[in-house]
Amino acid sequence: MFLRLTDPVPKPITLLFEDQPVEAREGDTVAAALWAEGIEWTGSKRVSGRRRAPWCMMGVCFECLVEIDGVAGRQACLVPASDGMRIRRQRPFREPGHAV
Amino acid sequence: MRCDADVAVIGAGPAGLSAATAAAAAGAHVVVLDEQSGPGGQVYRAVETVEQSRPADISFLGKEYRRGIAVAREFRAVACDYRPGTSVWHVGERVAGRRRDVFCSANGKAFRVRARHVVIATGALERPVPIPGWTVPGVMSVGAVQSALKSSAVCPAGRLVIAGSGPLPVLVAAQLLAARAPVAALVDTTPPGALTRALAYLPGALAAGMYLHRGMMLWRAVRRAGIPVYRAAAGLRVIGSDRVSGLAFHAGGREHSLEADVIALHEGLVPNSQLTRLVGMRHRWDRRQRSWRPVLGPWGESSEDGIHVAGDGGGIAGARAAEFGGRALGLDLAWRLGLISEPERDLAANEVRFRRTLDLGIRPFLDRYFPPPDWIGRVPDGVTVCRCEEVTAGQVRELVAQGCSGPNQMKAFLRCGMGPCQGRLCAPTVAEVMAVAGDRAVAEVGTYRIRPPVKPVTLAEMASLGDG
Repeated sequence: MFLRLTDPVPKPITLLFEDQPVEAREGDTVAAALWAEGIEWTGSKRVSGRRRAPWCMMGVCFECLVEIDGVAGRQACLVPASDGMRIRRQRPFREPGHAV
Repeated sequence: MRCDADVAVIGAGPAGLSAATAAAAAGAHVVVLDEQSGPGGQVYRAVETVEQSRPADISFLGKEYRRGIAVAREFRAVACDYRPGTSVWHVGERVAGRRRDVFCSANGKAFRVRARHVVIATGALERPVPIPGWTVPGVMSVGAVQSALKSSAVCPAGRLVIAGSGPLPVLVAAQLLAARAPVAALVDTTPPGALTRALAYLPGALAAGMYLHRGMMLWRAVRRAGIPVYRAAAGLRVIGSDRVSGLAFHAGGREHSLEADVIALHEGLVPNSQLTRLVGMRHRWDRRQRSWRPVLGPWGESSEDGIHVAGDGGGIAGARAAEFGGRALGLDLAWRLGLISEPERDLAANEVRFRRTLDLGIRPFLDRYFPPPDWIGRVPDGVTVCRCEEVTAGQVRELVAQGCSGPNQMKAFLRCGMGPCQGRLCAPTVAEVMAVAGDRAVAEVGTYRIRPPVKPVTLAEMASLGDG
């Protein structure tokens, strides 16, 4: 869905998205890094459970909420990507077994 | 943890940066609080990163973006306590002789800044565009596409359809083309006749400088690239349920359906009024911009003692006006703090205030050329108005039919506006839908009351504040 204008990335860092390694560039936000890797959706809708994806990329829509290093409710569009970061799609809070 | 300051500036876009720069240069102790990792706000997003590690990208981001480099540099040259990556989640009542506490969070730790003056420079956000299917992955705002381009040189792959009205869609199309990224089509929803109505305000627009010329150059770039442009489009709807497959609309007397992998939507900007509302500032309905704006004095002073507003958060006026207004406000604060005399303030602010007035000359033209959408109150029943709680226009209308008095009562019934975005993305739509359904003016319907915390904060973070 998205791609980088400069490929390959100089000095890449590695994130773990749903346990899979994902390459990113120092200075990326988590959301931009996921977009660049073709990851289209960042979690499930709270009511219908349908796929949700970032809308604003500037911190107001909260559609990019993900779980980062075990903490849910992080705004992927504001958090800078860092090497070794573990990211998961955020499921609705009421789902059993969800880490909050 | 608590720190004290003369001025707490919230937001590091052109308005916040200029206000901070001017106040700090006069000797004020200024704390700048900003959510992003670098200065620039949205308009100059990632400007330092671009300058330092991707300088070639300035060629497609354009001349206006380049201006941000100077704004950021001047800011870095003065002594400021700059706190990037910081969310502000509350601005408190006056304490300890007119000071206020600004409650913040950074890296999972909360702290507060006790300041004599608070500057709210939180800018604008894009007006939500509630068309059928706008919640489907692959649909996003035009600003989101631009943000990814600025912050990471990431751009849409496949068929990108840009749809909407305002200066931004054509700017982003031209930036993408200059970056050699494909744009499949531009669907312009500017209503027919708008340009004619705007022409009456041409003299002011011309006096404001290069805006019109730049706009024409952007359109020329789009035309030269041979991209199909559909004018006066209306009735947009996204095709696809789990992901985007196309965009349907009518234009030129017939129905169109374009294949698309990514759809970017835009219908203008509205002030980000979360904090100005939180502090109980007086607002007025701006009929022309179809949004609420705080009532401000000539220097950005508000109805609330010690709280000032600079930039688009006080009404949409653009990056330059924000920069000039911010600088004037910074000087005004220096005077209020006793660091400079009133004549010194007036003399130093004379030029920026003049340039701001001149710059504002483009607004009457732009506000008529790109009138805010008038169809939002009439979107089909099935359209999502609240993305967080997945509330539809039909549900809101049903409540109005039952006699629901306004957005705040509606919240209790539908949870509309009570999700993670705290109403930022549904407030404009809800007011429009309730107005049409109840046959009232939008201004009369009103909008949500805002309560702290205005950003998500964990109990552990709050507890880390302590008593200090």
